[in-house]
Amino acid sequence: MSEQNSVWRARLTRFVPLAVFALLASALYVGLSLNPKEIPSALIDKPVPQFDLPALVGRDADSGLSTADLHTGDLAIVNVWASWCVPCRVEHPLLKRLAAQSGVPVHGLNYKDRPDNARAFLDELGDPFVRVGVDASGRAGIDWGVYGVPETFIISGEGTILHKHIGPLTDQAIDSILLPFLAEAQGK
Amino acid sequence: MTSLRMMIVGAFMGLLLLPTLALAVAVDENPLADPALEQQVQDISKTLRCLVCQNQSIEDSNSDLAKDLRNVVRERVAAGDNGDQVRAYMVDRYGEWVLMSPPVSQRTYVLWLGPLALVLVGLFAIIVMMRRRAADGTQIDIALSDEDKARAKALLKGNDE
Repeated sequence: MSEQNSVWRARLTRFVPLAVFALLASALYVGLSLNPKEIPSALIDKPVPQFDLPALVGRDADSGLSTADLHTGDLAIVNVWASWCVPCRVEHPLLKRLAAQSGVPVHGLNYKDRPDNARAFLDELGDPFVRVGVDASGRAGIDWGVYGVPETFIISGEGTILHKHIGPLTDQAIDSILLPFLAEAQGK
Repeated sequence: MTSLRMMIVGAFMGLLLLPTLALAVAVDENPLADPALEQQVQDISKTLRCLVCQNQSIEDSNSDLAKDLRNVVRERVAAGDNGDQVRAYMVDRYGEWVLMSPPVSQRTYVLWLGPLALVLVGLFAIIVMMRRRAADGTQIDIALSDEDKARAKALLKGNDE
């Protein structure tokens, strides 16, 4: 009886290294496939920070962006961009598509940019923004937890940050994440 | 020959200059007038992680954002905040991710206690294995059949006499 037990035990202990390896391998597989550049936002489900940014001088719709502009009762999208940011250039057509397809107003937070460059960027690539606030010092960006442009936030009508997309928008992100998210948030 | 030597010397001098160049990038910040407060700013900055060059503190990083964040630290310290208050300010905006040393909390127990737990598991395994080995030694005696025991006794007796 005990002999049989010890035989079974010996057979099982043989698999212990394999089990440890499998555990380690799966932990590494998951860990290494995460993107360390994507830092989850601390501001999800929090109210938008207090800020009041001046308008982009010389832009047609001459309106800045402030906390009050994000308490309209309707959903809003805030896109952090800059003319010096190459991915923003790539993202811009997709931002226009997001604005057109969702029907949700998109506001721009122009991050640490020169006004003339920012205007030239919009003149060249088109201007999907309802309002543009100029954050020349980058201070409002810090309050928004911005650490790299572009970043795109979805804001509820009550001024709560619902979602943050880090990095340039992609077709896949718009179709599979942002549009469904906006549709669901609108339904509520 | 001499020109080669000149080139080597020149390259070496160039290397010596590198650190000063690195410093030159960061000069457009204004350190606080009070050296004690500026020291505090540096100490706090060392505990905050740079979001762009990850795994560097904002004190070590030369990225624009790190520079901006150092200025925010200066502003908070000048306003009378202590280190914990400045860190809380940053955590509010960027999450616990910005702390070089994550706080011990329910979410980080595995991180902090995991290695200790692994050591304990290892110690436990060693103790169990040693015990079993010692037990195996005595089990050989127990596993002897009556016949073997009688033989062993006879042999021992024979030796004794």
